[in-house]
Amino acid sequence: MSDIVIKAENLGKEYTIGHQAQNGRYVALRDVMVHNAKLLWSKTKDLVKGNPIILGDSTEEVWALKELNFEIKRGDRVGIIGRNGAGKSTLLKILSRITEPTTGRVTIKGRVASLLEVGTGFHPELTGRENIYLNGTILGMTRVEIKQKYDEIVAFAEIEKYLDTPVKRYSSGMYVRLAFAVAAHLEPEIMIVDEVLAVGDTQFQKKCLGKMEDVSTKEGKTVLFVSHNMTAIRNLCTKGLMLDRGFIMAHGEIKSVIHKYIDEGIEITGRKIWGDEECPGNDKLRLKSVAVFEERDPAFGIKDNKLVFELKLFSTALLKDVDIGLNAYNSDGIEVLHTASCAQIKERILNKGTIIIRYILTPNMLKTGIYALSVGANVPNQHLFFYLKDVITFQVSQQYIETSVYPEDTWSGILAPQVGKWEFINCK
Amino acid sequence: MLNETELIIEPGRTEKNYWADIWRYRELFIILAWRDLSVRYKQTIIGILWAIIRPLLTMVVFTVIFGRVAKLPSDGNAPYALMVFAAMLPWTLFSSSLGEASNSLIGNANLISKVYFPRLIIPTATIVTAFVDFLISFVILIIMMLFYQFAPSWNILLLPVFILMALLASLGPGLWITALNVKYRDFRYIIPFVVQFGLYVSPVGFSSNVVPEKWRLLYSINPMVGVIDGFRWCILGGNSPIYWPGFILSIVLIIFFLWLGITRFRKMEKTFADII
Repeated sequence: MSDIVIKAENLGKEYTIGHQAQNGRYVALRDVMVHNAKLLWSKTKDLVKGNPIILGDSTEEVWALKELNFEIKRGDRVGIIGRNGAGKSTLLKILSRITEPTTGRVTIKGRVASLLEVGTGFHPELTGRENIYLNGTILGMTRVEIKQKYDEIVAFAEIEKYLDTPVKRYSSGMYVRLAFAVAAHLEPEIMIVDEVLAVGDTQFQKKCLGKMEDVSTKEGKTVLFVSHNMTAIRNLCTKGLMLDRGFIMAHGEIKSVIHKYIDEGIEITGRKIWGDEECPGNDKLRLKSVAVFEERDPAFGIKDNKLVFELKLFSTALLKDVDIGLNAYNSDGIEVLHTASCAQIKERILNKGTIIIRYILTPNMLKTGIYALSVGANVPNQHLFFYLKDVITFQVSQQYIETSVYPEDTWSGILAPQVGKWEFINCK
Repeated sequence: MLNETELIIEPGRTEKNYWADIWRYRELFIILAWRDLSVRYKQTIIGILWAIIRPLLTMVVFTVIFGRVAKLPSDGNAPYALMVFAAMLPWTLFSSSLGEASNSLIGNANLISKVYFPRLIIPTATIVTAFVDFLISFVILIIMMLFYQFAPSWNILLLPVFILMALLASLGPGLWITALNVKYRDFRYIIPFVVQFGLYVSPVGFSSNVVPEKWRLLYSINPMVGVIDGFRWCILGGNSPIYWPGFILSIVLIIFFLWLGITRFRKMEKTFADII
C-alpha cells in the first residue's frame, strides 16, 4: 500500500466568461432592437442546445488551473498559498468533488471532508442543537456519529447555554465557534479546509489550529489548508503548495514555499524617482525621489554598513517647521520603525530649491528580510504635503553572522540578533 | 481507515455508484426534509393550519362556482364538495411538490457550491414537505366524509398507489425544471403560471366525466387527469369509474417525464456548482 493519498495528474479547469461589448455603438432605437433580438435568438439557441447562457456578447476561455501535477502523502499537512485568483479555491472544489475538472485526473484514497465555508447549511431559524445535526449530516457524518460526539462538540464550541436558541440570535463569534466545532469532529482521512479561520477571535483560532494539528499528528490524518495568514500556515503545515494563475509555482517544505511566496510578492526596488510631472506633493513641496542604500561606516567593522534613507525634495519657497516621517514594515506587516525629524531636530527649515534629507540607521538594527517603506512630510497639525504608503521596498541582508549555528531565517525577533552586545562575565 | 476507498475524479466520468451514493446519503435526505418541515411554519401564527386552510377555501369556492352556479353534475351520488376535495388533495400535493422541487436547487445554492453530495437529494427531499401537508389535509377529507356520512369502498386501499403517482408526476418535471432553473432563471416565473393554469385545466373543480367522450383521450395528455380520476375512484368508489385508455396514457406520460427529468438532471448536475 503506497502512502500517497492524493495524486493529481495534469489537472486543469477551464471557465468561460463573457464580455459585454460597448453599447455606445447603438444609437438608433431600431439598432438597439435589432441587436437585442439577435441576442435573444442566440440565447434561445443556447437554451435548446443545452449550452450555458453566458452574459455578454463575446466569450473568453480562462484556465483557472492548468497542468497541475502533485502528490500528497498520508499525514501531511499541506498549506496551499497564492494570491487571489491563483486557483486555490478551484483546486479545493475539485478535490471535494463540488466541480469537475476539465482535464486530467485526481486519485484520492480515503474519505474526504471539506470545510470550504463556516457553517455550510446552517439554518438561521433552527436552534444550535438542531444545527449541529443538520451541519454534521451535511458534512458527511452519520446520526450515530454525531450523537457520540455531541457533548464534545458542545464543549468545544462553548455554547452550552444557547443550545436551544435559534442561531439567528447568535453573535457572529458563537456562530463560527459552533460551526467549526462540528467540522472539527469529523473523522475523515483527508480534511480540506478553506480560509475559514479568518473569522473568530485569535484565541479560538489558536484552538482550531491546535485541533487540526492534533487530528493530523495523533491520528495520521491528511490536512489541506488554504489561508492568507502565513503565521497560521507556518504553525500548522509541514508541506506547502504555492499556486500562481493556475500553475504550481512551488511545492515542498513549507518554509521554502512561504519564502518563495513572500519574495515573489514584493518587487525589491530600493529606489524610486519621479518625473517632473508626476512628483507627489503640492505646489509648496514635492518629493522627487526616495532611496534606501547601504553606506560604509568607518566607525564600525568592514561589513557593518549603515542603512541610509534618502529623500530628494523640491521646495518652491522657504518652509518652516516641516516634519519628515518614515515608517518601515517587515514582511509580516509589522511596523518595525517609525521615526520623524521632529523627534531629534527643533529648528526644521527647508530652503527654496532642491533639498536632500537623510535618515541614517545604526548598523545591524534590522534583521535579514524585505521591508516596505512609507514616507510623509507635513507641518504638524497644519499642513500635509504628502504621505505615501509602501512607496518602496528594500532588502536587508545580514549574511555576516559567522558565529551563528542557526540558519538565517530562524531568528524570530523583530530586531536583528546583532543588536546589543553579548558578554560572558567570569568566563574564559 | 480499513475500508480504503479509492476515488478517481476525471472529466465526464459517470459515477458507477451514483445510486449507491444516494443510499449512502440517505441521512442527508432525511435531515434536509426534516429541516424544510421544521422551518416551514416558523414565525407564523396559525402555523400548520395553513396546510388546511388553502385547499379548504379553494374547495369551497369551486363547490360554489362549479357546483351551485354552473350546476355541473357530480360523480354519481357523491356530494359535490367531497368530489372536489378528493381532487383538491392530489392537485395540492402535485402543485406544491412541483413548486418546491423547482425552486429547491436555487434555494440551496450555498450547499451546492460548498459541499458534495448527489444533487438529486435536494429536490426529492423537498417533496416530503408537500407530502406532510397532504397528510394533514387528508384529515379534513376524513372529517368531511364523516360529515356527509359517506362510507368509502375497499378501493381506498389502493390510494397509496395514486399518491405515489402524484408524487412521481411532480418529480419528473420538477427535476427537469429545477436543473434548468440553475441556468435559466426564467423557469422560476413559469411554474406559478403553470400551476395556476393547471388548476383549471385539470378536473379539480369538476368531474372528468363532463368532458365529451371523443375528447377524453386527448384530455388525458395531462397526467394529472389520471391521478385525479384515480383518487376519486379510491375515495368515492363506484361513483366515479376510471377511464382506462386515458389512465394508461397518464401512467406512460408520468414515467416518460420521470425518465426525462432524471436524465436531464444527471446531465446538468455536474455543472451546477459552476453556474449557480
